Amino acid sequence: MAMLNVEVDGRNVEVPHGATVMEAANKLGIFVPHFCYHKKLSIAANCRMCLVQVEKAAKPMPACATPATDGMKVWTHSDAAKTAQKGVMEFLLINHPLDCPICDQGGECQLQDLAVGYGGSTSRYDEPKRVVFHKNMGPLISAEEMSRCIHCTRCVRFGQEVAGVMELGMIGRGEHSEIVSFVGKSVDSELSGNMIDLCPVGALTSKPFRYSARTWELSRRKSISPHDSLGANLVVQIKQNKVMRVVPLENESLNECWISDRDRFSYEGLNSEQRLTKPMLKENGAWREVSWQLALEHVAKRLVEIKQAHGADTIGALISPLATLEEMYLAQKLMRGFGSDNIDFRLRQSDFAADGKRKGFPWLGMRIVDIGGLDRVLIVGSFLRKDHPLLAARFRIASKRTQDVNIIHVADDDLLLNVANKAIVPPQLLPEMLGQVIKAIAESRNLPVPSAVAGLEVEDAARRIAASLASGKLPGVFLGNLAEQHPRAGELNALAQMLAEMLGGRFGFLGQAANSTGGYVAQCLPMGQGLNAIKMLEAPRKAYLLFGLEPELDCHNPAQASKAIGMAEFVVSITSYRSTAADDADVILPLAPFTETSGTLINCEGVSQSFNGVVRPAGDARPGWKILRVLGNLLGIAGFDYDSSEAVRDEACGARNLLELLCNEVNGISLSLGEACENGLQRISDVPIYFSDPIVRRAEALQLTSDARQPKAWMSSAVAQSLGLAAGGKVKIVQSGTAVLEVGLDDRLPAQTVRVAAAHLSTSALGPMFGPITVEKA
Amino acid sequence: MSPQINAPVLSVEALTKIDREIAKYPLDQKQSAVMAALIVAQDEKGWLAPETMDFIANYLGMPSVAVYEVATFYNMYNLQQTGRFKLTICTCLPCGLQGALAAADHLKKQLGIDFNETTADGQFTLKEGECMGACAMAPVVLVNNKRMCDYMSVEKLDALVAELRNSSPQKV
Repeated sequence: MAMLNVEVDGRNVEVPHGATVMEAANKLGIFVPHFCYHKKLSIAANCRMCLVQVEKAAKPMPACATPATDGMKVWTHSDAAKTAQKGVMEFLLINHPLDCPICDQGGECQLQDLAVGYGGSTSRYDEPKRVVFHKNMGPLISAEEMSRCIHCTRCVRFGQEVAGVMELGMIGRGEHSEIVSFVGKSVDSELSGNMIDLCPVGALTSKPFRYSARTWELSRRKSISPHDSLGANLVVQIKQNKVMRVVPLENESLNECWISDRDRFSYEGLNSEQRLTKPMLKENGAWREVSWQLALEHVAKRLVEIKQAHGADTIGALISPLATLEEMYLAQKLMRGFGSDNIDFRLRQSDFAADGKRKGFPWLGMRIVDIGGLDRVLIVGSFLRKDHPLLAARFRIASKRTQDVNIIHVADDDLLLNVANKAIVPPQLLPEMLGQVIKAIAESRNLPVPSAVAGLEVEDAARRIAASLASGKLPGVFLGNLAEQHPRAGELNALAQMLAEMLGGRFGFLGQAANSTGGYVAQCLPMGQGLNAIKMLEAPRKAYLLFGLEPELDCHNPAQASKAIGMAEFVVSITSYRSTAADDADVILPLAPFTETSGTLINCEGVSQSFNGVVRPAGDARPGWKILRVLGNLLGIAGFDYDSSEAVRDEACGARNLLELLCNEVNGISLSLGEACENGLQRISDVPIYFSDPIVRRAEALQLTSDARQPKAWMSSAVAQSLGLAAGGKVKIVQSGTAVLEVGLDDRLPAQTVRVAAAHLSTSALGPMFGPITVEKA
Repeated sequence: MSPQINAPVLSVEALTKIDREIAKYPLDQKQSAVMAALIVAQDEKGWLAPETMDFIANYLGMPSVAVYEVATFYNMYNLQQTGRFKLTICTCLPCGLQGALAAADHLKKQLGIDFNETTADGQFTLKEGECMGACAMAPVVLVNNKRMCDYMSVEKLDALVAELRNSSPQKV
């Protein structure tokens, strides 16, 4: 289509049809003052600040809402435009309080900045200003000074358009307008913190950050979020060597201009009182602070003793999937150099059938930016909103356009997106449902039905999903965290591959953690005869090296993990926090979290992002790569003389082109679909968003949100009725261990299932994340 | 995560009326019926309690706060309980120029209440209204959103109050 020629402030620019005057001006780098306009949100044109002069228009026009036309002449800074803009500013300031000196937004306030240019030095109004009462919007967003609101409705539109849930609205009319949440409700979206950034004034501010620093006192450093597989780019703001606040760094190909609340508010966990700041040694059951020298020498001595007494393969290493590439690489180099292949980072995985059968490193299967371009999508086994808040936002926006999103999952949680079709099945039937979809597509396209799925009976839900997928041009199949943690994860992988091949589309993993792909790159998993994360605990080792994890919360079977680690002769835990797990250890070494170390994370699309430490490590904590380097030296393993984390990274990546090594294909996984499965209640586990890793678990404000509520035993009312249970009653859940939980009713769960969250101390005694479960009245 | 369980707040008759309104719009645009649904609900309940608005939001598949936005935008929706009779007097400019302000003062004096207040016996609530499109017949008073009284002189106001006060409890 032909472009439109527009003249803005005497300069010519070409813009496509449908572009606005604002976009034309932005293309020329001309700034038009505005408040309500935001490039990622719909146009509201209600602040009127962007009024500009347009040739042949009698009145000034709002640049954000005026479509550009061919030959249009616009003046953004002419006398007429400026008069209009100043008039609007005068109106905006009529009721805006003059409390900038005590306002948290002071210094980074768009109204303050623009008032310098467009506002008067005194006001012509001496009437009392309007007062708007404060609101309680929950533990993250402070709405204490709503008199400051200028009613741009960015927060409202963000909720509707990006977060997918309209939690804020503008009530009343004219000068009585107010931004509120619905009577008595808090703002619970997992993306809500972005409203703080969007608010052009100090009406919505960050509750945890409130009154703790001024913007000009903060230094800004770039970093990468370690909380999910996206690798959101962050600006970490620090004051006196303390992380005060985290905000997004715009990266259009990853997080756009957003970050999730987990990325934003997890920093409170970095400043937690539970931080471990000194190496500690257990002597006769009592902890003693020791020097690094002593601690590391003790670790080396004990490891050598155990190797000599029992052999190197009696030592196992469990590495957090949040650890950096450098840390993972050195950990495996250390273990292998020491003679043990027992190392794994896939702590919540239970089925390792695909090991040795993979052609490459598992990944998303495509670039993140390409998600929006898919027209048919199948997401299997994912608590999408909570596991991948920003990927969910991409699917959400695409689903409003031309993308059909189909879901196969074990719980019908509201994903806040337009779901075309869904099949909600008990967890043990997840592979069968995927198999049914394959069979339905093969039948509809007159292709030979793969023998593995031939015996399945195709349900209507599968047929509808198949019809949707088959009707598209650009289909994509995604396996979520639950599919990776599933006891038949290998089969799910093979089935997704079969489906994608049949459709001629892509398939991939959404990615369990920040460095899940990086773990494969670093070879931080058994490569030969070594034991994987499950086997290492099933067959207890004499010694464990734990890196960055809390085994009673971060493992697939926390009960087994605690038991195996409790029985071990020697356990060294390299950790940022003192936790109950550390009590099972013999040595705990303080680890610097992501803000205090340099490192690299490889996100789900295989993009390798290196970052620097933004503050000095707390106390005597040290970056993980340095701890492992010294330990490698003390153990006399060759090749541990690195000067920098960059040197470790370069060695870890080698001369390989990572992007060429990414491949989700598996060969030779045996499929056994449709076999009689166990009857009786099955457990469904999710990893709630604010229990997902050690840092988040200590972020105080996040722990007050509704997503961090005490886990309940959720079941459908039919299940509750058959067991004679009522909501709110106490039940004893028996798996391999027991737990007493409150009953919650959720009719969106499939029959014969009970949903019990993982990653919480109240449920960690139970056992594996999936499997048979019994429920009895407590 | 918690499931939404909504006991029906409105009667079957009211729901039938709302369904009739919903039927006027395309299937995927049920929220177009929100204003009508709020009217039906208010007719039945007398006012719009948060749980009523929440119920309507669920019924129409829209966010609660969006219903709240609509209910607060129009001042004929009652967000607080009112007396048996809600008297709304227009005080916009044309009415104001034609004696509406004096009429309002008279009503306030007669009833012993100010705007947005309810008499102690729960009979009358006085509200300030916006233009009702009857400027030529000022002052105008609206009784319970349904009955419009025009040319409201002092005598007619007194007669209206007396009539309402003596009316049987069922009849409005």
